[in-house]
Amino acid sequence: MTYLDHAATTPMLPEAAATLTEALGRVGNASSLHSAGRRARRAVEESRETIAAAVGALPSEVVLATGGTEADNLAVKGLYWARRAADARRTRVVVSAAEHHAVLDAAEWLAGHEGATLDVLPVDAQGRVLPETLRQVLAAHPDEVAVVSVMWANNEVGTVNDVRALAEVAHEAGVPFHTDAVQAVGAVPVDFATSGVDALSLTGHKLGGPVGAGALLLRRDAVCTPLLHGGGQERDVRSGTLDVPGTMSLATAVRAAVADVERRTAVLTGLRDDLVARVTAEVPDARLNGVPLDRPGERLPGNAHLSFPGCEGDSLLMLLDARGIECSTGSACTAGVARPSHVLLAMGLDEDLARGSLRFSLGHNSTSADVDAVVEAIGPVVERARRAGDALAHS
Amino acid sequence: MRVLAAMSGGVDSAVAAARLRDAGHEVTGVHLALSAKPATMREGARGCCSIEDSRDARRCADVLDIPFYVWDMAARFRDDVVEPFVAEYAAGRTPNPCLRCNEKIKFSAVLERARALGFDAVGTGHYARLDGGLLRRAADPDKDQSYVLGVLRPDQLDGALFPLGDSVKSEVRAEAAARGLVVAEKPDSHDVCFIPSGDTRGFLAERIDAAPGEMVDPSGAVVGHHRGVHDFTVGQRHGLGIARPAPDGRPRYVLGLEPVSRTVRVGPAEDLDVTTLRATDPVWLVDPPADAVACVVQVRAHGGLAPATVRVDGGDVEVVLDEPLRGVAPGQAAVFYRPEPAGDVVLGSATIASTGR
Repeated sequence: MTYLDHAATTPMLPEAAATLTEALGRVGNASSLHSAGRRARRAVEESRETIAAAVGALPSEVVLATGGTEADNLAVKGLYWARRAADARRTRVVVSAAEHHAVLDAAEWLAGHEGATLDVLPVDAQGRVLPETLRQVLAAHPDEVAVVSVMWANNEVGTVNDVRALAEVAHEAGVPFHTDAVQAVGAVPVDFATSGVDALSLTGHKLGGPVGAGALLLRRDAVCTPLLHGGGQERDVRSGTLDVPGTMSLATAVRAAVADVERRTAVLTGLRDDLVARVTAEVPDARLNGVPLDRPGERLPGNAHLSFPGCEGDSLLMLLDARGIECSTGSACTAGVARPSHVLLAMGLDEDLARGSLRFSLGHNSTSADVDAVVEAIGPVVERARRAGDALAHS
Repeated sequence: MRVLAAMSGGVDSAVAAARLRDAGHEVTGVHLALSAKPATMREGARGCCSIEDSRDARRCADVLDIPFYVWDMAARFRDDVVEPFVAEYAAGRTPNPCLRCNEKIKFSAVLERARALGFDAVGTGHYARLDGGLLRRAADPDKDQSYVLGVLRPDQLDGALFPLGDSVKSEVRAEAAARGLVVAEKPDSHDVCFIPSGDTRGFLAERIDAAPGEMVDPSGAVVGHHRGVHDFTVGQRHGLGIARPAPDGRPRYVLGLEPVSRTVRVGPAEDLDVTTLRATDPVWLVDPPADAVACVVQVRAHGGLAPATVRVDGGDVEVVLDEPLRGVAPGQAAVFYRPEPAGDVVLGSATIASTGR
């Protein structure tokens, strides 16, 4: 089997799986006062310190949550509510057009239900949000914006934004800045403190940890209204009994992934560049979406996103799946129907080309054999998918 | 063979997929997403296009251990089924969208795509039999769907598999339960799948401008008014909105629809009797008859059968009925079956254009 969908979820690192399974057998609510509770609390706090150290944050800035979707919702809604409560004029939410639905739909919900006005920042042809674009939107609405959210790295095309510059622009206008770094942590260097952002989402299962464990890094001075009310855990921003095994496993994975970023970047960049070069040699009219490969640092090392003119992405996916190669057409909706990606459309691709796109995402256990398998399959698969595309067009 | 099993999320297509797999075929399940904005949950016994139906289909594929995908056919379905459905009503005809979906979607767009992707056939849960290239009625007379498949050309039937043709529905349900398929007790779907409310009039009213006109009885008297011929179908009795009863006190029926003059003709039941049909765009599963040929004609999905003589006339078909049929609506298909005793074999079909008394 050739698994090239690490951006959807990546296999757990053996050490993270070991931590998790070992911890599952223990009892203890981290809020309890007896010794089992104290042991659980200690494990959580040590994990928190580990996570904080790995991503350049203070332990008190790590708000544990269930993953990217919760962290994104908490940041976008919580920062919006708090900022608006402090200054009633601030009712605008600014997000990029290429955001994950966890940010985009949270922002749209604020617009639909909380009287917010949504400003969507366009992205360039490579999927980047330019600081100048943000500056213009903020300047057009002085004192009206409550929160800005722009992703660190895009989940579909792998484009890495200049988050530090964007956060600086937001702060010049006195607006808190959130970034969805779910795809970035463990894949590219991420340092919370020097990035200047006020809030940052991360999740375990994209970096070798468990599904259901993640965090929102939230600056100590950031004011955020909670989504969940209850026992007052996590600075009273995120109530709920702490997931001790999940947190421990998350910490193990974050530490291991971050420590390995440099080595892994070199390996994955090599594999990825090889994959793109050989696939485009097999299919000369295939085009790479996102940032060109000669600008490393601006693109996730494991991301290869390609369009195959004349093909339906779901035909390609099915044919590759039948050959044991697992990849993605981008973001799937609940029904499992492939719709043209909002990210690709925002980058200016036409609908047909957007539909004919595949994301190959490599990860910690990818090998050159995986690349070989894709290269071997892609020619006949594209040819067949193209015939299906023609059949559909003419039937 | 490599077979693509179209799985709606209902019991029939699930059992069909199971039988195809058991027959040794390499089966892949595909759910056709026919709505651009599917509802989250199914409404009653209607429709097959909700996300819940898609999930039911997926769960059946899981149980059968076959690959499963969802194909987005929403744009094709809109262009080839829904829009013609609306246009036909606007033109005073009564379309059959299931038949159109088989002709244009399942055994055209889906079959063509499947063939190009390396499949040999498309299998469905239709109740009909294929027998050496001949399309025959199903063993279960209550579920027989040969009528809605009667529009398929030989090359389309060549790529079709109907594994339920020899079974009755109760057997299929029992088999689904025995196989552990969660849809075993799921109610049969009824009505038009893309109108989950069941309110066809309301659906059409949103898409067709009102074109009010008169309702005229056989004497030429205006007996009522209407908001558009698309609200009616030939043979309809209820919902005519005529306040005054007929002078003889007998119920009135819709006899004919004339969209140009915006006239709805109404009258007594016996005026619904027709003895001749003219039908267009014939499709033959046998060699087109050179001379007049005896057959049994069916003029709607349920019932409406009569022995008849069919003659090819230019590009059209002339049908002379041996005995009168009631409620024959232009726009429906006339499907020709071999005369008894071999009356379960489809000879061909055509679209009813006009009728004569």
